[in-house]
Amino acid sequence: MCGIAGLIHRGKGGEIGRELTAMLQSLKHRGPDSTGFALYGKPQGEALVMRFKVAEQAEMDHGFDIHEKVSARRRQVDGRLAELGAQLLEQDAVTEYAFRYRFSYDGDRRKLADYIEDIDGAEILSIGHSLELVKDLGDAARVAGQYQLGTFDGSHALGHTRMATESDVDIRSAHPYWAYPFADVAVVHNGQLTNYWGGRRALERRGHRFVSNCDSELIAVYLADRIQGGETLESAMKTSIEELDGVFTYVVATADSLGMAKDVMAAKPMVLYESEDFIALASEEVAIRSIFPHEIETFDPYEGDVRVWHC
Amino acid sequence: MANQKGMHAEQLGGRTQQRFFSAEESDNFVYPDSFEVDFGKSAEIDAGPLDARAINLRIRELMSQGYGTIVMKNPGAKHGIGVGILNRLRLDIEGSLGYFGVGLIDGPNIRIRGRVGWSCAENMMAGTVVVEKNAGSTFGAALRGGDLVCIGDVGARTGIDMKGGTIIVGGRAGAFCGFMMQRGRMVILGDAGMNLGDSMYDGTIYVGGKIAGLGVDAVPAQMTALDVAWLKRKLKLYGLSAPRGVEKMTRIVAGKQLWNYDNLEPAEKKIVL
Repeated sequence: MCGIAGLIHRGKGGEIGRELTAMLQSLKHRGPDSTGFALYGKPQGEALVMRFKVAEQAEMDHGFDIHEKVSARRRQVDGRLAELGAQLLEQDAVTEYAFRYRFSYDGDRRKLADYIEDIDGAEILSIGHSLELVKDLGDAARVAGQYQLGTFDGSHALGHTRMATESDVDIRSAHPYWAYPFADVAVVHNGQLTNYWGGRRALERRGHRFVSNCDSELIAVYLADRIQGGETLESAMKTSIEELDGVFTYVVATADSLGMAKDVMAAKPMVLYESEDFIALASEEVAIRSIFPHEIETFDPYEGDVRVWHC
Repeated sequence: MANQKGMHAEQLGGRTQQRFFSAEESDNFVYPDSFEVDFGKSAEIDAGPLDARAINLRIRELMSQGYGTIVMKNPGAKHGIGVGILNRLRLDIEGSLGYFGVGLIDGPNIRIRGRVGWSCAENMMAGTVVVEKNAGSTFGAALRGGDLVCIGDVGARTGIDMKGGTIIVGGRAGAFCGFMMQRGRMVILGDAGMNLGDSMYDGTIYVGGKIAGLGVDAVPAQMTALDVAWLKRKLKLYGLSAPRGVEKMTRIVAGKQLWNYDNLEPAEKKIVL
């Protein structure tokens, strides 16, 4: 079933970590297997933030030498970053297997991503100037606590609670998806794309890589590819309504925007709250209510609806 | 008190839509969980700190004590609130409901001051439900009787599989409304989405605005004086009106050309084929 949510503060930032945690926790019944956050903080110059992991959570519980392997993989990441000329500014070991690096790098981002992910077990969750993507097993409260997201301030965010139906319960299959190798693009999605393989092959022929077999990742890469080709986010989303087949509602974020789109059958839910300075959207109104205890005006977007808001 | 809150008192002709083989059985039928209530006896529930189960148990407890008018505050868009009410009751919900609100009801008059999520009043058998704002998808799915009214807009697949009763939409309606409709009436005062009335077996859909597209086997039909009179009477009950007048509404019915909508038994069909 899965639950998706997003929010954006217009004009000024807010406590997006706390707000999104509350929204996703109230959607736990739609998917308790894993939870993911794409949080957009304040960009700090030209520096890039990279969130990555070098093992799955489940791997840490078995295997004779997993702890040594994880340490070795991290050292390899450090070595390859240095080799490519990236200057490390900050590094946090959020868990034993997941890390947050901030570095300056003006080379080819795709080359960097490919070189890092060539390391056994390494997977980049996001690279961006403001995007930080965190996902792990368990509900929102657990993941937010594990990664200390409650104090994360920023302008906008999106998130996902996953009920695994067609793939494993692991971090690789968890949402949101970053649009490799494009900075600051992330997507969450509720639904099924029926022309996934055709779309994926077309994008792979254009040089894009996919870390999963999940159709949500296709939406992220599809949109980023069109934006890179010169389209606006809104235009790319409108085209997606025509070109992506299936039943879906998705939420996408870029460095300064948040958008939602709904397929022409409107078979997947979405509820919206919109005010002058704040927009919240979720699969169920109860998620929006988790940050607004008083009565508010909400509405459902219609079939084929595309909406974009800017910070 | 309930009348002061704007709740009308239309007689709906019976507590239940169930049909019995004998008059005696019909007269003596009582739901095991239905109660005799007094509309003049009122109570209030603060749903804020309660979960859905506790809210529904509190409603039942009040009904068992004879309370016929209940005002619910702070429903907070929780799911499954107000379900399974099988007797007359005036329930005024001051806020929004989540999924599957007020489903499986047989007789109460309910007014919801906010919005409702998916599948509001699913399988409703009798009574009235008035939603003052918007409704999500599958509004009134498998409706069997009573009046279900949304003053605002409704989502896709409203009235899917409806088997009776009336759905009235003050605004616009999403795609696939009236899908596999089998009986009853749906009134959409605004625009209707694509595939309206797809695969409907029977029943009638009235549309005041534009129709994005008709579904398989749904066809326009002539408005009659009876249609006009019924629409005027029904809309008046809820203070609604058709923007261009009911006479100019479009009436949609089943074309009855579906393969299984003939009088042939399977054995006869084999001979024909």
